[in-house]
Amino acid sequence: MENQANNNLLEVTALKTWIDTEGGIIHAVDGVSFNIRPGETLAILGESGCGKSLTALSILQLIPKPAGRIVSGKVMFSGENLLEKSEQDMREIRGRRIAMIFQEPQSSLNPVMTIGQQIKEVIPDRKNKSSVEINKDIVGLLDSVGMSDSVRRINEYPHQLSGGMKQRAMIAMALASKPDILIADEPTTALDVTIQSQILNLLARLKKENNMSILLITHDLGVVSQMADRVILMYAGEVVEDADAVSFFDAPRHPYAQKLFLSIPDRSKRKKKLDIIPGIVPTYAGDYQGCRFSERCDKAWDLCFQERPQWRAQEKNGVRCHLYNNTLEPQETSDKNIEQGLITADEKQDKAETLLDVKQLKVHFPIHKGIFRRVVGHVKAVDGISLKIGRGRTVAIVGESGCGKTTAGKAILQLIKPSSGEVIYDGARLTKITGEELRQLRKNFQIIFQDPYASLNPRMLVGESIAEGLHALKLESSKAAIQTRVKKLLTQVGMPVDSYGRYPHEFSGGQRQRISIARALAVSPDLIVCDEPTSALDVSVQAQILNLLNDLQNELSLSYLFITHDISVVEYLAHEVAVMYLGRIVEFGTAADILDNPLHPYTQALLSAVPVISKTGNTGYKGDSQVLLAGDIPSPSKPPAGCHFHVRCPQATEICRQQYPAETKTGDSHTVFCHLFESDEQH
Amino acid sequence: MLDFTFKILVTDALLYLLVTAIIIFIVYARKHEHLSAPWRQIKNKKLAMSALVILGFFVITGFLDSVHIRQEIKIDNTSKNQQQVAQYSNEVLSLLDLLLTKMRQQTEKTYSAPFAINSFTKEVADGEQGKPVLYYPRLKYGGAHLQAQDSRIYDIGKRLLWALFWTLSVLVFCILLIAKITDSKNNIENKHINIATRLKNIISGNTNTPWLTILLVMSIPVFFISSIAELGPYYHIMGTDQVGNDVLYKSIKSIRTGLLIGTLTTLIILPFAVVFGITAGYFRGWVDDLIQYIYTTLSSIPSVLLIVAAILSLQVYMTNNPESFATLIDRSDIRLLFLVMILGVTSWTGLCRLLRAETMKLRELDYIQAANSLGVRHRRIMSRHIFPNLMHIVLITVVLDFSGLVLAEAVLSYIGVGVDPTMDSWGNMINGARLEMAREPLVWWNLTAAFVFMFILVLAANIFSDAVRDAFDPRLRKA
Repeated sequence: MENQANNNLLEVTALKTWIDTEGGIIHAVDGVSFNIRPGETLAILGESGCGKSLTALSILQLIPKPAGRIVSGKVMFSGENLLEKSEQDMREIRGRRIAMIFQEPQSSLNPVMTIGQQIKEVIPDRKNKSSVEINKDIVGLLDSVGMSDSVRRINEYPHQLSGGMKQRAMIAMALASKPDILIADEPTTALDVTIQSQILNLLARLKKENNMSILLITHDLGVVSQMADRVILMYAGEVVEDADAVSFFDAPRHPYAQKLFLSIPDRSKRKKKLDIIPGIVPTYAGDYQGCRFSERCDKAWDLCFQERPQWRAQEKNGVRCHLYNNTLEPQETSDKNIEQGLITADEKQDKAETLLDVKQLKVHFPIHKGIFRRVVGHVKAVDGISLKIGRGRTVAIVGESGCGKTTAGKAILQLIKPSSGEVIYDGARLTKITGEELRQLRKNFQIIFQDPYASLNPRMLVGESIAEGLHALKLESSKAAIQTRVKKLLTQVGMPVDSYGRYPHEFSGGQRQRISIARALAVSPDLIVCDEPTSALDVSVQAQILNLLNDLQNELSLSYLFITHDISVVEYLAHEVAVMYLGRIVEFGTAADILDNPLHPYTQALLSAVPVISKTGNTGYKGDSQVLLAGDIPSPSKPPAGCHFHVRCPQATEICRQQYPAETKTGDSHTVFCHLFESDEQH
Repeated sequence: MLDFTFKILVTDALLYLLVTAIIIFIVYARKHEHLSAPWRQIKNKKLAMSALVILGFFVITGFLDSVHIRQEIKIDNTSKNQQQVAQYSNEVLSLLDLLLTKMRQQTEKTYSAPFAINSFTKEVADGEQGKPVLYYPRLKYGGAHLQAQDSRIYDIGKRLLWALFWTLSVLVFCILLIAKITDSKNNIENKHINIATRLKNIISGNTNTPWLTILLVMSIPVFFISSIAELGPYYHIMGTDQVGNDVLYKSIKSIRTGLLIGTLTTLIILPFAVVFGITAGYFRGWVDDLIQYIYTTLSSIPSVLLIVAAILSLQVYMTNNPESFATLIDRSDIRLLFLVMILGVTSWTGLCRLLRAETMKLRELDYIQAANSLGVRHRRIMSRHIFPNLMHIVLITVVLDFSGLVLAEAVLSYIGVGVDPTMDSWGNMINGARLEMAREPLVWWNLTAAFVFMFILVLAANIFSDAVRDAFDPRLRKA
């Protein structure tokens, strides 16, 4: 790490940032060192709570005060130590020489100022420029970040822009003064996958054009693989591995890195249990003896618990692990490894008995206007979807945000009243049933939500929450019976029995998700709608939840309607896949059909937009192999005429602009709504 | 045989109800972490605890003033009447009245300044040779035990020293008591510490609960009380009013009125605000429209207008039906109750709006959706899921509203539509002071006494409510 010192643009040495909390002092960043060379993209990778963002904020002295403080370390930038600079001097650096963009473009832009006004504030030397010149600068910046219609955008307010556009505006602001380093803190986490690929490509292009360095903070291995030249992996405030991207993706060395790769779901692991990292990232108050990863590491032996491993540098790369200490022989590992093996006996291709049949389901929300609240239009959140779920099968609905997948899930469960269409559950027509009868049927279908923090009532004991359905539907009579049942459920989802009498805030996100699953299971349903149950969780915890869902399916032959935007989860879990775009299903088929042979141009674009972890590391532009989509999802209140997708579709023809395509069967199990395939059949 | 009987006024009964409710809430909160944790946080704050101590003295005074009795009249001719029917006095007295009997009974003719021994106004007397002479007569009670005027300062000083002695004794007793109590709590750290160390900890301020601050703040009202006990029977500490009543006694009696208005009103507000707010926010649609219509209509009528109308119509009713109200105190009590009710009816809309908005936010949350999908009934969702999550808003609003209501009483009494004119209240005292301020020389003590008492109560309540809000506000708690 210490070589080529002169060449480095930014050198961070032994940075320590501590945070005072009621529970004690948390060593959030504990001796982090790294360098960034000019024109290089350095990715800081790690799960939430590892201190990635705090490291970046410490560089700019932006840590939350007075709780946080930088205890020691050096941040050398163009020959000066930034940590010794005064607040006034730092202002000259921030935004001018080191710029930063954040995860939530929503909250980073001031809602009461136009985009032009906000960018104007960061234009360098603006006092000596005429307003015409400044306007020209702004338009130039907006053009350079690929903002369409840049002249009009200047006078628009943030709420008029889509999420991707807002992030572009943020990047434009960051670039205004041509910084040497751009710190991007999870720049695409809040964005859809097709928009994400647009932004990542933009960043890669700008980096090349301006010869700028990027410090990319992310938890997404795919993004790292696509963008980074160099990777540092952080765990609980420490750097545990520092390597160039190629060798990191080729052969990760730290057990944590290895485990991270193994816990990502994908097709190759389809029939297997995911390799999980037990537990969660710890937050240690005060000093910690030994390796911080030791408790979750299956290669740990006694020394790992006693002594903090030293940094072992090998050429340019380095790792913090006892395994790489040549003077020590690793002793026999305490065998904490979880059983690995096949979980599904076989993938039944035969048609299972149909449990749920959705026919032409529509959910239209009226738009009211004026004093008399006249209905002036409808948001067609779900616009006629049909699908079938067999017993014990998993059907995934995939789509970007705003495509209506969550609404569809809730409408199927009658949590939102559908406007028309039918939902037939095991012979019962749910759309026709109301009141008490529907209430009694509710035990058959349940839902798990995305946000583990909003899905449990913070004022109720975990046990009470789980028992709620048993009470409401009078499934168990006596108190004792309910308690035994709840405790059994807790064990079933892998929670300690004593969580019964505790409150949700005592648990981590993954644990809360387990509790939500237990609550849904309490009434022994046959169908569970899983609304992005893992997208708010870290990779290692996601693997735990996916394994649990898989186990439960095998044990109880549950059916899942799995709503997600994450293709890798679909690959791992789904039997059938429905791709949704703007309220309609554009393609439906078995997982193999969709993933191996995507027909609809949207499906193709969606699949190619997913950042792929490649062993060769930094891929930058994906070039021809990637179908890049232009623009954003149109509003569901005014869907484009004809095929909804034609505006963004690279293969659109005249007929696509006029007529919505009909259903085309291209195989036993594969249907697609696209004119491209329709014509073959008609002739 | 008791020589008195209890007389429970309507407002007394409501107050007892409120106290019971608070006790039940405390028991409930102790079992629920999300409610007890913020209170523990408040317990460790110096300013909040100081305010609480002061509030505590006000509340105790108000409570003593809310236990009413009627004393037995001793009649000599018992021999004639064999049945021995106990006769009780028509005069309803509270425990506080009994404690302050001397201050209550020692009325002068008219105004006298604080600690005066002579009247404030001159009287005419026959002087030598039958000429009328103007002079300041000695007061009947104030400083009546003194021989010479000069000894007054000395006498007051002596009595204050005694008061100081009592204060110190109470403090020492309290310190010992606290040291004992903290022992019985199974605090692991304190378990093995002997009483001397614990005493040292308390005195050096080295405790979680700021006992030292509490004791220091407590010493002020304790000194005040012991001074009243020492000086009250011999002097008019805050002077007398136009009809010779002791002003300090009146101010102390006004505490009950202020407290009742501040607390009982919330008792009226809560059911309206909670039920309407939650149903409107939860059901939306026409229920929401109806409730919104009600409260926008109600809040667009000037509340003073409503209060004036209500109080005046009550007065008419009372004059037409004198038989329903046995005593003067019954009359003023009903009027107070009516004022409380009308204040409650006009001021629930603010809290209702808050709760409606919060409910609308909560009902979209996943756990409510999950409860829906589990087939939980609406009533249970509202009571188990929504209400507990609104509790902090209710609590914050109630505590914040308290001081506003105390001040509202003063304003309303000032314009003549507040409590009964015969009832002791700070508003009535201020109302009376209107003319006194125009006198020369100025009669300042009536206004000052009302102002000081009201100021201390409202300030303490505000400080305390700030602490409550900070502790319960989830946004502040995270920071």
